[in-house]
Amino acid sequence: MHWLELSLQIGLPIALIALGLFAGSYTERAHYARIRERERRFLGTPAISSKHLDPDMRVGEAEMATGSVVISIDYFKRFVSAFRMLFGGEVHSYSSLIDRARREAILRMKESHPDADLFINTRLETSTISNAAGQSAVGTIEVLAYGTAIKLERARQPSTR
Amino acid sequence: MILTNIDSVPGRTIVRHYGLVQGSTIRAKHVGKDFVAGLKNIVGGELTAYTELLQESRAEATNRMIAQARELGANAVINVRFTTSSVAQGASEILSYGTAVLVE
Repeated sequence: MHWLELSLQIGLPIALIALGLFAGSYTERAHYARIRERERRFLGTPAISSKHLDPDMRVGEAEMATGSVVISIDYFKRFVSAFRMLFGGEVHSYSSLIDRARREAILRMKESHPDADLFINTRLETSTISNAAGQSAVGTIEVLAYGTAIKLERARQPSTR
Repeated sequence: MILTNIDSVPGRTIVRHYGLVQGSTIRAKHVGKDFVAGLKNIVGGELTAYTELLQESRAEATNRMIAQARELGANAVINVRFTTSSVAQGASEILSYGTAVLVE
């Protein structure tokens, strides 16, 4: 039964790649739609990387906020990127993975403090997650976003300059 | 306990510095969860089990850091940083560190 063995050996990876292509692009599109919708909601509460506030601002409360996510790319993109590694150049399939993870982590940080006015000293940390199954760690990353949530005092309006 | 990741506590004055405090934890993944994550790898997307695991360990590391700060008599930790490193296949270390201070 050579043909059975052969079709299993070739058919299985092809089935996985096809599944990765369809399910993966669907989940990515759905995720991006969710990210955009939530980002619009948080437009008024910026996360800035600077440590210092405008001296006019009166701080009411300051608390640390974190948000993290572990995200993985699909089988199809992993396959495509393996080809890309042969020729070099930008690996687009990985850019979208990291972009999704970073934006999601920042959104989660903002969602953990919904009443904050802004987030200062926002830091992003990326780490790869290794797999106990012994596969290469490439393709699964964790992104942590953390910063200080600032709640301004409402009593005094910042002066207009 | 007040935590911030900037070098002050906005709206408060620092009266005393106690130096560096840290907390860390090393966590391994559950084999079953790892298997499920392996399947999820095919279609991509978020691996919720890992997200939760890392969040839990980060909370644990932070709690250990807070306990150390409390022992010194501090009531705030400023300049908090997090780092993650994988020490072995399937296990990762999470470290949380900062400067313990006393604020008014």
